[in-house]
Amino acid sequence: MRVKSRMLFGLAVGFGLMTATSALAVEIEYWQYTFEGRVKAIDALIEQFQKANPDITVKHVDFPYADYPTKVAASITAGQGPDVVQLYYGWVDGWLAGNLIQPLPKDAFPHDQIEKNFFSIVKAMKRGDDYYGLPTAVRSLALFYNKKMFADAGLDPNKPPATLDELVDAALKTTKRDASGNLEQEGFGVDMTGQDHHWIREVLIRQFGGAPYSDDYKSVTYDSAAGDAAIQWYVDLQQKHKVGEAGFMDTAQAAFQAGRAAMEIDGTFRLSAFGKITDFEWGVTELPSKDGNQGNYASYWANAIASTTSGDELKAAEKFLAFVTTPDAMKLWLEYAGELPANPAIALTSENQADPKYGPFLKGLAYAHTTLFVEELAQRQTQIDMVNHVLLEGQSVADAVATAAKAEQEVLDKYYKK
Amino acid sequence: MTAAVEADGGVAAARRLWHRLTVHQKHVVWAWAFLAVPILFYVVIRFWPTANAFYLSLTDWNMLHKASFVGLKNYRRLVADPVFWKVFRNTFGYLIIGTPVSLLLAFLIAYQLEKVRFMHGLIRALYFLPFLTTAAAMAWVWRWFYQPLPIGFINDVLALVGLPQQPFLRSTTQALPSVLAAAIWAGLGFQVVIFMAGLRAIPTTYYEAARIDGVSNGAILTQITLPLLKPTIIFLVVFSSIGFLRIFDQVYNMTTNDPGGPLNATKPLVLMIYQTAFSSFDMAYATAQTVVLFLVLLVISLIQLRILRDR
Amino acid sequence: MAAEIAAAAPGRIDALSMSWPRPGRVIAWTLLFIGGVVMVTPIVYMLSTSLKDASQIYDLRMIPAEPTLANYVVVLADGRFLRWFANSLIIATIVCVSNVFFDSLVGYTLAKFRFRGRYFVFIAILSTLMIPTEMLIIPWYLMSRTFGWIDTYWGIMFPGVMTAFGTFLMKQFYETVPDDFLEAARIDGLNEFAIWWRVAMPLVTPAISALAIFTFLGNWTAFIWPLIITNSKELYTLPVGIASFAVENQIAWEKVMTGASLATIPTLLVFLFLQRYIVRGVVLAGIKG
Repeated sequence: MRVKSRMLFGLAVGFGLMTATSALAVEIEYWQYTFEGRVKAIDALIEQFQKANPDITVKHVDFPYADYPTKVAASITAGQGPDVVQLYYGWVDGWLAGNLIQPLPKDAFPHDQIEKNFFSIVKAMKRGDDYYGLPTAVRSLALFYNKKMFADAGLDPNKPPATLDELVDAALKTTKRDASGNLEQEGFGVDMTGQDHHWIREVLIRQFGGAPYSDDYKSVTYDSAAGDAAIQWYVDLQQKHKVGEAGFMDTAQAAFQAGRAAMEIDGTFRLSAFGKITDFEWGVTELPSKDGNQGNYASYWANAIASTTSGDELKAAEKFLAFVTTPDAMKLWLEYAGELPANPAIALTSENQADPKYGPFLKGLAYAHTTLFVEELAQRQTQIDMVNHVLLEGQSVADAVATAAKAEQEVLDKYYKK
Repeated sequence: MTAAVEADGGVAAARRLWHRLTVHQKHVVWAWAFLAVPILFYVVIRFWPTANAFYLSLTDWNMLHKASFVGLKNYRRLVADPVFWKVFRNTFGYLIIGTPVSLLLAFLIAYQLEKVRFMHGLIRALYFLPFLTTAAAMAWVWRWFYQPLPIGFINDVLALVGLPQQPFLRSTTQALPSVLAAAIWAGLGFQVVIFMAGLRAIPTTYYEAARIDGVSNGAILTQITLPLLKPTIIFLVVFSSIGFLRIFDQVYNMTTNDPGGPLNATKPLVLMIYQTAFSSFDMAYATAQTVVLFLVLLVISLIQLRILRDR
Repeated sequence: MAAEIAAAAPGRIDALSMSWPRPGRVIAWTLLFIGGVVMVTPIVYMLSTSLKDASQIYDLRMIPAEPTLANYVVVLADGRFLRWFANSLIIATIVCVSNVFFDSLVGYTLAKFRFRGRYFVFIAILSTLMIPTEMLIIPWYLMSRTFGWIDTYWGIMFPGVMTAFGTFLMKQFYETVPDDFLEAARIDGLNEFAIWWRVAMPLVTPAISALAIFTFLGNWTAFIWPLIITNSKELYTLPVGIASFAVENQIAWEKVMTGASLATIPTLLVFLFLQRYIVRGVVLAGIKG
């Protein structure tokens, strides 16, 4: 047992797995959404895997991202779906409620190995005593900034803001309005529907001395003075400093790409879209600190095994899942899909950390938190609504935070107190 | 009847039987013969899943588990859910504003377009084009139109004629009408074409007789056109009402970053059903919502059919 | 009988247009035209975005600063786009023909036959409009698995081969057909099927054209069911294919707009072709019948 598992997680994939295979030829299906880099990465991994396991065929199915969970749910319910499937980590509880995925067997995926070989955020895939999936790659947040606008405003384009105060300062200097006060250019692109709700919960609230949730993420704890202060600071960007407006240019990332926002907080996945920008030079830096406290939020798509998979398919699915989460697979994924390796030993090499684009994200991973969502969309909604209550309905920050905390607690209770 | 045919075992017997039927009975046989395949289709493809939904709404089904009966629990939960009532009000908002506004516009356009000869085909195509487009793509365009100055096209026009700026999608009161405007825009071509087909189906003899009698244009409209257009009007009222009560695509695409927002201001029932089913995977609860939607639609359609028929 | 209708037809448009006062008509025309221009503004914007480079799409100018056909080249160069285009065309055409036949037949039966249960059948069929398609996905999928329809053309098509929409539309239009015409045919000794097919159908050509347009369109733009039921890219319909340009946090809007613009072409052609029949209405139909 021990030997086998070490081989699964080790680098010696080829020989080790061959000895463990059964004699029967099986075909399994791997499902993910269509995105060029990811599709190519999996195709390359399948080729390697099949060479090492000639009796297993992996069929790669990719389809448009829209309605992804709907399609998976319909097919698994009909017993026609994938064997190994990618899911966003925040969907785990929903997918468990819908009985779509099964726990990873402990013999093939021993917990001590998982905890050693992955960033600690992998815990978000654990429910009770079981893990329900493992990532190949992870994502984190960073501050994107427009170097041209910085230079135009008399700021050093190579010295992005490092603290929250510097961020406000830079935003004030880069905000532009026309004669009648209409916003022409945001200093900071505010967007709760983008990544700001993660930034608030896992970064700002902690930086203001609070905690968003209890350690087990079963209770909401941001309805506190620190929580209020953090939300107030965020809302002030729009109401007091007036350096941004929710909904300006539809989304903050659109405003940034259009050259209408000097700064924006976004995830690793934005690198490729911003790579197409030709009108100006931009940079990326770690999220600003407060009183020396740094914070970040990390997330990922995990590979899980469908609930309907059993027998030889299950054995093959385990093998394939193990294969796509090996260090080699992670390196290949970084190269093809541009996403950060989920294994700290592979991710945090000095070469990677020095990379001007990946570096800030990787450094953030070291101190990142991952919200243990029970229902990602519903919980996200409470945060969007919280800020909208203040901006659109003129509620006091304290009331809005209390309302949001209560609403989010209800979402958590629905799951935990069943 | 079928049994008798088989017993005699011959075409001749069937023919004898057929000739014994009265004219009315033959009609009835023809009618059911025409309906046989469609009824089979509807039963299997539509009625069976619907009946199933009624049953599942009384259980705790979540896809793979065996469903167990929980009585009216899902319905009690629904009644106690404030979001449901908000969504319910929104859904009726879409219906109550959407149906009359769109039908009135469509009728005016169709009625006037009927009389236009110069560039008739082009103008008609202009009105119909929006119906040909992809909802997701057009919603993106509409979001830009609703932006504040200096970006938004509509606010630009407002400023030009000296009207104050409007927040549109960033307002809890204006968001629903803003989304609805895009929905009406997209569906208008459909209604115009149906109205035009209806207008054309009115036999010309009626108009000619009226003209010979010297009846005014207004009287022709109210005494001939509208009464004869009744089947078309019934169709459009019932069908458009169902459409607005089932609105989903436009809302989902227009508010894609905060679906049904801000603060649930635009969320219709179908969007709530969709989120409950496929992001919470709370299938039983979603089917209870579906049953409520079904009953609301059925009652409203029956009322409309009754009222329009009696007139 | 044909002569009867044809005789009633001429002079209709002339009679109407002559009676309309000149200045009023000019105003009406101008308003209609302005309305029409407003209607297509968003579409012009879609076209404009499809002519922009990815880096320029947020420039938001109605007329692109540096128009380029690059997006069209990229989208069309992907051989699969034409395949998806063909799939959509095949599916929409077949479903369209099926609807014109069945919806018309059922609508005719419900409008022109008197039998017990008629209203009940009508309401039952109408009630199928009252369940959101999204909630039928799982039952349909389970059914498709049982019958082996997953990832087939038939699997994409089967839910739509008849629709309550078409049935309702056709029923309403058949109700405007005077019974005398049908009775005359009956006396001539035609059987009921022939009466429907050869006498009643031609009388509702405008409605059939409208039904054909809308069924074609509805299937051309259908998204969620084709997405769920297909697994192989060779079977994607156009909207499913276009959706590949939109991923999680990154949507290539210029490509979405290009795909959407291209997708409009066949539907526009279908409309331009069929709208003549809507407009000519019963006049032509009578002569043909």
